[in-house]
Amino acid sequence: MNVPHIPVLRLGRSYESLEKNEVKDHRTGEVMATVSTVNGGIVKRDLAKISSARAALRKFTVAQLMEMSAKAGELFLNGTLPFGDKGHTQSAQQYIETLSQTSGLPHVMVKRNMTKIHFALTNMKFVLNNLSRGLDLSILDSGGGEQFGTKLSFFPTCSALGLVMPSNSPAVNSLWIPAISLKTPVVIKPGKEEPWTPYRLIQAFIGAGVPAEAFGFYPTDHDGSATILNNWGRALIFGDKSTMAQYANNPAIQLHGPGWSKFVIGEDCIENWRDYIDVIAGAISDNGGRSCINASAVVVPKYAAEIADALAQRLGPVQPTKPEDPNARLSGFANPKMADFIDAQIDDGLKTPGAVDVTAKYRNGPRKVTFEGGIYMRPTIVLCDSFAHPLANKEFLCPYASVVTCPQNEMLHKIGYTLACSAITKDPKFIEELEGFAEIDRLNIGPVSTMAISWDQPHEGNMFEFLWKRRSIERAW
Amino acid sequence: MTTTVSPEAIKAAQVQLDAHLKEIINWHFSPETGCPYWLAWAQKNFDPRKEINTFADMLKFPHFADESLRDEQPEVWVPAQFKGKPFNIFETGGTTGMPKQRIGWNDYKVDYSEFSEKISDEHFPRGGAWLMMGPTGPRRLRLAIEHLANVRGSSCYFIDLDPRFVKKLISNKQFDVAKQYMAHVVDQATLILKHRKVSGLFTTPKLLEAIAEKVNLYDAGIRGVFCGGTSMKPQEVRFIVEELLEGRIGFYPTYGNTLMGLAASVPLLPEDNFSVTYYAPQPRAVLRVVNPNKTDETVAYGEWGRVELTTLTKEFFCPRFLERDEVIRRAPRAPYAWDGVGDVRPFGAMEKNIVEGVY
Repeated sequence: MNVPHIPVLRLGRSYESLEKNEVKDHRTGEVMATVSTVNGGIVKRDLAKISSARAALRKFTVAQLMEMSAKAGELFLNGTLPFGDKGHTQSAQQYIETLSQTSGLPHVMVKRNMTKIHFALTNMKFVLNNLSRGLDLSILDSGGGEQFGTKLSFFPTCSALGLVMPSNSPAVNSLWIPAISLKTPVVIKPGKEEPWTPYRLIQAFIGAGVPAEAFGFYPTDHDGSATILNNWGRALIFGDKSTMAQYANNPAIQLHGPGWSKFVIGEDCIENWRDYIDVIAGAISDNGGRSCINASAVVVPKYAAEIADALAQRLGPVQPTKPEDPNARLSGFANPKMADFIDAQIDDGLKTPGAVDVTAKYRNGPRKVTFEGGIYMRPTIVLCDSFAHPLANKEFLCPYASVVTCPQNEMLHKIGYTLACSAITKDPKFIEELEGFAEIDRLNIGPVSTMAISWDQPHEGNMFEFLWKRRSIERAW
Repeated sequence: MTTTVSPEAIKAAQVQLDAHLKEIINWHFSPETGCPYWLAWAQKNFDPRKEINTFADMLKFPHFADESLRDEQPEVWVPAQFKGKPFNIFETGGTTGMPKQRIGWNDYKVDYSEFSEKISDEHFPRGGAWLMMGPTGPRRLRLAIEHLANVRGSSCYFIDLDPRFVKKLISNKQFDVAKQYMAHVVDQATLILKHRKVSGLFTTPKLLEAIAEKVNLYDAGIRGVFCGGTSMKPQEVRFIVEELLEGRIGFYPTYGNTLMGLAASVPLLPEDNFSVTYYAPQPRAVLRVVNPNKTDETVAYGEWGRVELTTLTKEFFCPRFLERDEVIRRAPRAPYAWDGVGDVRPFGAMEKNIVEGVY
């Protein structure tokens, strides 16, 4: 059978470009699909059609769209959906296998990501209720109403939600899912190595009855990405520190950069550090260490060497496995150059005095390994003598963390931006300081993994508040 | 539409080329007609009048060193028969340092008068005004486009874009300034289209895209677009034809430069899949698609190779100049009985990023 082809989706129109990318098996190089790519000009041309995309969603109530989301969740998790424009279909199992083959994620991790997306889709009512703080969402349908003893009216902040997606973790797609129930079309640039998840989600939504006009799927170039980010009124971008810096002062663009997520242990709990090793090790290595909410630093007032050694004993021996192994813990690299880069960065950092790769003695071999044709990075725990060390506050696309000694009273001065912070302390004063610290986005108190997600609370920004704004309204009739 | 060319027609074109070649060689290498540069060259190397009889003999020439167009004074290129006649000086490149210069008198008029016969009155109505938005300044193109319009009974508005400045901005990573400059150029063109009746447009692909974002070209009165200046991949051509010109405006991509003149493209057929093929204005210029590592050899039809240009006019002789472009060698296609070049892109485009297509 011929190789599937994923077309561009131009707000209801499927488009096969004369230029295509090949998405390949990261181990064998086998072409799994070709993906049409277009320039930014095509995206700009479609700007003119976006009002009809929004109109297509406006025909439905928020309640109806939430029902469709739930149905889409089932289709996404279990259904066989159209796959490209050459007559192919894709079952849930085929999705797992294909995504694993091209991204390097083992099946077990793909399934976990699917479950997260499924949860978000099937619990949209719960999610939006919390994000909107209990708003009667029918107010969005009628344009206004009364609730909480006051008049309420909201207006959409954008014509569509632009998305420049990464390739590292399928579950990041759950971030844009509420947009559909919030009557907002999505215009997506998929990650180069991961077109599968957004495409399957779009097919699931369409299968559930959401109009195809509500979806733009544009594999595109740098210029196209800029168009997606700058032209719809609201956008999400995922990327590294330098990418984030370009958009730092643009309130219309929600940034999802490195998380630099951390564990901090208070002086009151440090004597019990052995009790927390399991949860910390999990936070470092779950999902192959690929998420921005994976812990990348453990900040402790003392016992840093002992904690680093205990983590290294747990994680150091972890080896690549077959993708279908239910106990797989490492992800392969679709782009081997990325593995080379990370390996070199760590080695380079270790040349600066004050850091030791504690995992080395438990690994019995190199950090970067080849297994059945795939490239893998084995876990790395680095003991750093201070936050000043170049490896102390680094984040890599693999299980990596530093363990750093820092007096409790200096921790908040040193840790900097932290997407998810799990603070193991019962000290009310320290907790109060943590709660008042603006550089932490998500705060867990106690031995909670940084990977824990509460869908009813904002995750890197509140999507409802991002897409709708309240306005004052008076009506004479 | 039949596009095949008979072997007899191909043979006839070769015979015509060889005859033209002999005439041009005699012209440039005879003291009574030739220019100082080539006469001196013949003294140091060989007398082409004795050794060049057919185009195949051109391999006896080394590749033309275009640095001489920069290093020598323009006067060394004046053929004896043109002595005393003021010439036009046309420049190429020149982002940094002294640009290369080609002098000329009537060649550009010949090229563009001939090209006029290849564009339809439907798309470029005779008497309808033109707008050129692109590099003017010291370039041949500016006079050439005006001549083309004039030949068709039309006048032409001009909006300049200085590509040397844009390239500098991009090299210096001053992208914001480059955008402002592009917007400045496009704004001026938009103004003309709003206030004047214009039916023909010459511009580059990037500028075409930029102006199409501002105005609906068909509604603004544009019926034909003549495009050149940078490479265009098939998908880019399709984007222009389908999206920007909405299938309602005639599109004429061309390949050319100051040394060659103008290679017109054959009309696109569905089976071309938007891959454009250009044919040199033979016999005045000849394009070969050569193996970059063995430039004596041409590549097979359908294969990529480097462009080698030979210009053969009484005003200018340029043997075997290796262009900075790579192309697919294409077979003769009516009405052209010689090789064509397809999918032009910068030489080495697959290996490195090249600042190209900035305007």
